[in-house]
Amino acid sequence: MSESPITRMAEATPPPLARKVRGLSDRAIAWIFVAPTIFLLLAVNIFPLIWTINLSFTNFRANRPNRDVEYIGLRNYERILTDSDIWLSMQATAHFLFWTIFFQVLIGFTLAWLINRKFKGNDLWTTIIVLPMMLSPAVVGNFWTFLYQPQIGLFNYIVAFFTGADPSSFEMLGSVQLAPWAIVIVDTWMWTPFVMLICLAGLRSIPDYIYEAAAIDRASKWRQFWTITVPMVMPFLMLAVLFRGIENFKMFDLVVQLTGGGPGSTTELASINLKREAFEKWRTGYSSAFAIILFVTVFGLASIYVKALNKVKDR
Amino acid sequence: MTYKTKAAVSALALAAAGFGSAAQADDLTLCWAAWDPANALVELSKDFEEKSGHSMSFEFIPWPNFADRMLNELNSGGKLCDLLIGDSQWIGGGAENGHYVKLNDFFDAEGISMDDFAPATVYAYSTWPKGSPNYYALPAMGDANGWFYRKDWFENEEIRAAYKEATGNELGEPKSQKELMEIAKFFQGREIDGNTVYGASIFTERGSEGITMGATGALYAWGFKYENEPGSYDMEGAVNSPEAIEALEFYKALYECCTPPGYTNSYMGESLDAFKSGQVAMAMNWFAFFPGLYQDPDVGGDKIDFFVNPPQNQPGSTLGGQGISVVSYSEKQDAALEYIKWFADPAIQARWWELGGYSAHNDVLNDPGFVDSQPFAGDFLEAMQNVQDFWQEPAYAELLLAMQKRLHDYIVADQGTAEEALNLLIEDWTETFEDEGKL
Repeated sequence: MSESPITRMAEATPPPLARKVRGLSDRAIAWIFVAPTIFLLLAVNIFPLIWTINLSFTNFRANRPNRDVEYIGLRNYERILTDSDIWLSMQATAHFLFWTIFFQVLIGFTLAWLINRKFKGNDLWTTIIVLPMMLSPAVVGNFWTFLYQPQIGLFNYIVAFFTGADPSSFEMLGSVQLAPWAIVIVDTWMWTPFVMLICLAGLRSIPDYIYEAAAIDRASKWRQFWTITVPMVMPFLMLAVLFRGIENFKMFDLVVQLTGGGPGSTTELASINLKREAFEKWRTGYSSAFAIILFVTVFGLASIYVKALNKVKDR
Repeated sequence: MTYKTKAAVSALALAAAGFGSAAQADDLTLCWAAWDPANALVELSKDFEEKSGHSMSFEFIPWPNFADRMLNELNSGGKLCDLLIGDSQWIGGGAENGHYVKLNDFFDAEGISMDDFAPATVYAYSTWPKGSPNYYALPAMGDANGWFYRKDWFENEEIRAAYKEATGNELGEPKSQKELMEIAKFFQGREIDGNTVYGASIFTERGSEGITMGATGALYAWGFKYENEPGSYDMEGAVNSPEAIEALEFYKALYECCTPPGYTNSYMGESLDAFKSGQVAMAMNWFAFFPGLYQDPDVGGDKIDFFVNPPQNQPGSTLGGQGISVVSYSEKQDAALEYIKWFADPAIQARWWELGGYSAHNDVLNDPGFVDSQPFAGDFLEAMQNVQDFWQEPAYAELLLAMQKRLHDYIVADQGTAEEALNLLIEDWTETFEDEGKL
């Protein structure tokens, strides 16, 4: 009698892998699988960080390979912390960060609240509203540069239409007073939809029965909003603030395209300053120290914020 | 000979021929900025390809990214470029950091003499340390900052009469910086052919080198010096001299009185756009663009004329232009040197000028017909006699960015005074030279 196909298949199948690597514990096998990831993480994240910290104590310049590298202690940190230009760039970053988040949260939440109401075509409106954040920042920057153009720009004409001013009498990108607001407007236009989507997810996660119960208890719409909607959306809102805060602290491309950091140094954010120091002036040690300061700032602020976020979630 | 033998011999012969040509012919890559002269060089280089058997590839980077892109390439020891037409300010870094091949032995062996080139261009584009007989480039593209204007407007009788009435002077090419401002003020906001026009487009760009290259046009004309004594790094009293302060105040006043609205971050491209669109009466830009402007169907020909940067206390023009170097990381240095030898030939230099490049070869410049060969040729010669360049130190980028910042803060952002801006600039530069161990 011939062997059955099942028997033949069983004989042809190699012994289980575990038998071949007998003697290895589950933990060891798990390590074998995880090790490549850990190695990559060390190589791509941790090593550069340690290397940057090391460089921050030197006078190294990447464009001067022939020059001796000297350890200069905390000199780079001291220079950065006493440099008024650096503080101005931090001030510009803080201004940008505060106002973009303020407007994006305010408008984003309002839009989400409006879109969340059942009306005909709200899906279409959602799609239209989220379009700006799908564009490349370089394209958005270029596009708004034309809109802000004092002679042909639509933005100036719209403002002039409502205020009666001469469209070419003010320069959004060329004025020291207006340029910081010009980039706040563009960033708000581009990223408010992101905040709106997160808020919308929060609003849609609130079960209808809570509102129905509140209505039975004769709670006013205003009271429902403050006691149900806001607290339940708050964790989502805080998450949006965290994402936008970290992202805008690193803001670079949009501002470079719009103002290049000017006029003067009015819109030179910390990231632009860092790029100039590192890859235009080639002060590698100095810029490493600056990068570490920025990293500690973001990491510290984000850690405090995440703790607060967790508390809100646990309430 | 059997069929098989014949086939084997043929195959060997073909293989030998193939290997022979592969050993001799290289594909050279030349890196430069993307602008009009680069197109002329592509055309010119066809002759080299024919004569040498090498093929040429070109890597042209837009000006605003040129320094970033190329200096990154050099600093990382990249092999993209075999030949590089790098900016004059790069020569110090190129030499000290070992990016460029030193060409002295090659020049001696091939009988190429630097005496055959205009001294100002040899000094600026080729030598390091400055003025020493150590050559790292062959002058490739002479250039300086100059001016052009709407000749048709300047010759219009109504406009001339209005100018005479307004100023008491005849309208013509300005003979001084202050006269230039007077003319620019006259045109600012004037209606011509139904359009509002403006005085002048000048350089105000913040990101790369624009405002420095523009403002130094005024500074040099007033007598600005970087150091009290060349090589001393002693800047106090030179950089912030009363003349320098006056010149900077002048440039700011010119920016405020006489440029088109929104002209806060403008360089070569914006200047050309403003002129070509009929917005401005006068514009500053590099001579390299003048052949293209003269050919422009709308504003070229009879409608345009050119003038050298006007003097004030003395003549002075901002130096542009570049030398051509062999990149030390190239694996095709022999072929690259062949290109330099071919390019140095006087006949090729003459053809270079014909095509729209600015030769620095004496045979071309001293030719009796040179001045009349183009409407801007005489101005170019005049400009090149009085050119001044920015620091060519290895740390030039740091020095340049400091000047960009201080000038833009003062001129465009209206912060502080001219004297404060120049004092801060001395502080920045002192710190850089201290880091460099030069102070």
